[in-house]
Amino acid sequence: MSNGERFLDREPSRRDERWLFIASPIIVLLLWEAAVATHLIDGRFFPPPHKIFAKIWELAVHEDLHEDVLASMRRIVVGTAMGFFPGVLLGIGMGLSRWTRAFFAPLVALSYPIPKIAILPLLLIIFGIGEMTNLMVVAIGVFFLSLINTFDGVRRIPKQYFEVARVYGVSKRDVFFRIVLPATAPSIFTGLKLGAGYGLILIVAAEMIAARHGLGHRIWNSWETYIITELYACLFLISLIGIALAFLLEKLETRIIHWKQKDAD
Amino acid sequence: MTDNDNSYHIRLEGLGKSFQDKTRHVRAFDDLNLRVRHGEFVCVVGPSGCGKTTMLRCLAGIETPTDGVMEVHRAPEPETSPRAMVFQQHGLYPWMTVQGNLKFVLDASPIPPEQHEEIIDRHLTRVGLSRFKNFYPYQLSGGMNQRLSLVRAFCVNPQLLLMDEPFVYLDYQNRVNLQALLLELWSDREPTIVFVTHNINEAFTLADRVMVMTRSPGTFKREVACDFPRPRDVLELRKNTEFQDKVFFVTQDLKEEIQAAARLIEEETARKARTAR
Repeated sequence: MSNGERFLDREPSRRDERWLFIASPIIVLLLWEAAVATHLIDGRFFPPPHKIFAKIWELAVHEDLHEDVLASMRRIVVGTAMGFFPGVLLGIGMGLSRWTRAFFAPLVALSYPIPKIAILPLLLIIFGIGEMTNLMVVAIGVFFLSLINTFDGVRRIPKQYFEVARVYGVSKRDVFFRIVLPATAPSIFTGLKLGAGYGLILIVAAEMIAARHGLGHRIWNSWETYIITELYACLFLISLIGIALAFLLEKLETRIIHWKQKDAD
Repeated sequence: MTDNDNSYHIRLEGLGKSFQDKTRHVRAFDDLNLRVRHGEFVCVVGPSGCGKTTMLRCLAGIETPTDGVMEVHRAPEPETSPRAMVFQQHGLYPWMTVQGNLKFVLDASPIPPEQHEEIIDRHLTRVGLSRFKNFYPYQLSGGMNQRLSLVRAFCVNPQLLLMDEPFVYLDYQNRVNLQALLLELWSDREPTIVFVTHNINEAFTLADRVMVMTRSPGTFKREVACDFPRPRDVLELRKNTEFQDKVFFVTQDLKEEIQAAARLIEEETARKARTAR
């Protein structure tokens, strides 16, 4: 700006990006608030943000909102774990062994395209309304994403890593734990991040039908009772959970796979 | 006859390798006959695509020859590894530190674990990397990584060291430095070395004997003794007229092979382009 440059003529700096990250949602919320106040949009369908935040406060104080949040979060974490570990194991198995790959590849190809939420009625029949049904929906979704990303990661391990091991007589055990696992870790993490995000979608959908607690259940309730502010309150919370989840996994990733990010620089 | 005795470290008799490409039958190399004594430093030069790297990979046990005899004897010396290899690209593991990369191959070697730390320290000091012990390969330069790759091979105390154009991606200065370093490391225990390169200068700088290969499918065309006194000065040697004569002689010898090989590669590229359509 010093040389008479106009504001948007320059590329945003890191600092600009950081303050805009906070500022942009606030700007949109303020515009929203103003639009309702001036009757530009209908406050019945788009309640002003201050009412939504007031609702969150009210629900948190007078009702058991935290229980719903915790129930949903627990299901995401437990369900993700239930799908993640088998997915990674089978992905590595398929990546390393031709027999395993030949056997499972058609099964995966057939079952992967099924929208996971379409399995919910079947799960309801098998497990009934309850915890297991909700966990299984998440687990199945995460399972496939972990499996496919892990498999892809194993297939992309540079051949030379194995050749070096072969020449130096490295044991199979060491090849697995000290080459295959770390070399695949970036892809495993990609699968975990995608899976956790997908898990959030799935759990909210599942809870609408198959649960007596959880944010999905509450959203469905507020629809049935026509409390639109509560509906928005739940959407806000889901968004926050999603961001928190992504942020945590991102931090964990840079921690564990430090060599990968540096590699790309 | 001194066949089937252990006076040779490596014996190749009519060694050949064929494999099936997507479209056709490929002969990688043909009728290779070679004997390498224990502690000998042999360089193999040849035009690109002549099969010299494939031959080396057979010696390394990464690939298998399809015909002929390949014997690699193992001397009954304790605390030595049967073989080690240095690749074109360093082949270090990016998630392991400098010392972690050495530890990884030492763990696979017959060298007792209690000696590992001392061996790692000694070798890293030797190649000037001791300060970078806890660094990761991505934090080092290309030359440093190749030095690490070189010392990784030496730290397991190999009886046979296979080198596949290890310095080809380095700049001139780094290459000369690493050649000198290699000779220095080799002189300690003098493991047998088979060193593949297309750089004739490099071959005569390092070797006791230079094997010249024909174009694909490669076979040995000539062997040239290279008995300059050791220890050698990598740069001084280049002023030696006998050295220059030998380099010139082999360069001439290879010129026609290289031209023919280039034509072959052009035809091959054209053929692939045709079949791809």
